[in-house]
Amino acid sequence: MLIGLWIVLGIIVLLLFFFIAIYNGLVGLRNQVKNAWAQIDVQLKRRYDLIPNLVETVKGYAKHEREVFENVTKARNMAQAASASNAAERGKLEGELSSALTRLLAVAEAYPDLKANQNFLALQEELTSTENKISFSRQFYNDTVLRYNNQTQMFPSNIVAGMAGFKAAEFFEVTVPEEKNAPKVSFT
Amino acid sequence: MWEQIRSNRLRSAVLVVFMGVLLLAIGYVVGLYFLGSALGGLAIAAIVWAVMGLLAFFQGDSILLSVSGARKISKADNPQLYNVVEEMTIASGLPKVPDVYIINDPALNAFATGRDADKAAVAITSGLLEKLNRDELQGVIAHEIGHVKNRDVLLMTISAVMLGAIVIISWYTTRVMFWSGGRRSDRRSGGDGGGSIQAILMILGLVLLILAPIFAQLIYLAISRKREYLADASSALYTRYPEGLASALEKLGNSNTQVKAANQATAPMYTINPFAKKRAVNDWMSTHPPVSERVRILRGMGGNSFADYEKAYEQMHKGHGIVPKSALNQNATAQ
Repeated sequence: MLIGLWIVLGIIVLLLFFFIAIYNGLVGLRNQVKNAWAQIDVQLKRRYDLIPNLVETVKGYAKHEREVFENVTKARNMAQAASASNAAERGKLEGELSSALTRLLAVAEAYPDLKANQNFLALQEELTSTENKISFSRQFYNDTVLRYNNQTQMFPSNIVAGMAGFKAAEFFEVTVPEEKNAPKVSFT
Repeated sequence: MWEQIRSNRLRSAVLVVFMGVLLLAIGYVVGLYFLGSALGGLAIAAIVWAVMGLLAFFQGDSILLSVSGARKISKADNPQLYNVVEEMTIASGLPKVPDVYIINDPALNAFATGRDADKAAVAITSGLLEKLNRDELQGVIAHEIGHVKNRDVLLMTISAVMLGAIVIISWYTTRVMFWSGGRRSDRRSGGDGGGSIQAILMILGLVLLILAPIFAQLIYLAISRKREYLADASSALYTRYPEGLASALEKLGNSNTQVKAANQATAPMYTINPFAKKRAVNDWMSTHPPVSERVRILRGMGGNSFADYEKAYEQMHKGHGIVPKSALNQNATAQ
């Protein structure tokens, strides 16, 4: 009788340990997801900061492209204003900003003086790198989300996730059809 | 990626234990042979190892970087290089951007140091920097960051120190034995019956002394090559563009300038072996796998994940995998 009690007790303790281990693992992963999201945020903010500078520089050489400038500025302001909304909404606005920027840089290609400007070249490298950093941080975020979501849905960790209220995280997709194939801005 | 580090740690532990046993065995033999007490030999082995280990642990990075004549740069010195390092830091999820160094040398190479992610540094020669375009540079830097992320630097430092200690002890011992003309006569008082057994043990000890450095070297080289493949796979995973590294490797492989500052001890830290000339490198005696093979694996990848690298590798090696199982499961790519 006593032995049976000990066995039951042992099993309960063992289950408790499993529970704790899985729970801690889930918390760790969820924090990684949060951290990865913060990284994207940093890069998106950096892009907002770069754009006015870029627009000013290009304006000095290409005064007549008013519409392009306005589009970029508008897309930037909209994206910045939406920085508190969810991943899907942000993805859409950031995608629009990306394509507006691509158009701006395509316009710049037509002005040889501008392309020789040191300031512009430096800004262009910064922007290229920031675009890359956005896509790399997005890539890291999505990989982290995938691992986290797998843990919340796979057996047996899904039991713990369900009991402790771990919800699946959202992927961050930049959703502009024309942008999907060209996440990198590359000028050589 | 955490799984991968864990399996890496386990394997490093096994390796360290194994090499440590080899080292202690040598110490034991030396002690028995010269000092008349095995304990003394063990103490010598432990001291040599500890001194070298502490030196490597606390000074290894700065020694390596100063020997190579590397110059630390800030973002203003070379914005593109610095940006690429930042990009790969983000892609790999390292906690901090490594220090960036440029080595003034026309040879084409790059390496990573730093025993943990917080103290990591990547260095690249000015020659390589000139030759590569942005995508290729990204592939190379991703390979080096892969070394940092996979904790290869720590693993290779520990094993290099072990190897060094084994080589030093056995080298000096065999030299001394040679000069003193073998076994000293006053050690013969081993008793009447134990004489022949002792002689056999002595010969076994001698064989161990001669073979241990070779054996240790082979283990070391095998591990080094394995880590290179894994860093290549990491590069493809981070950049999502294996072609970048593949094309950079091709440029590296076609050059025949050697890195001036490289020596045998620092060789495993480089992207390609700085000593491998154009001749076909003997597989067993090389720290790095052949460049042409690495390029072929990278170009044979169907996607960008570890699983794709594993598949491409298996196609070349008939069923022998390279990426640890646990890493395969954990490193699926989201899109």
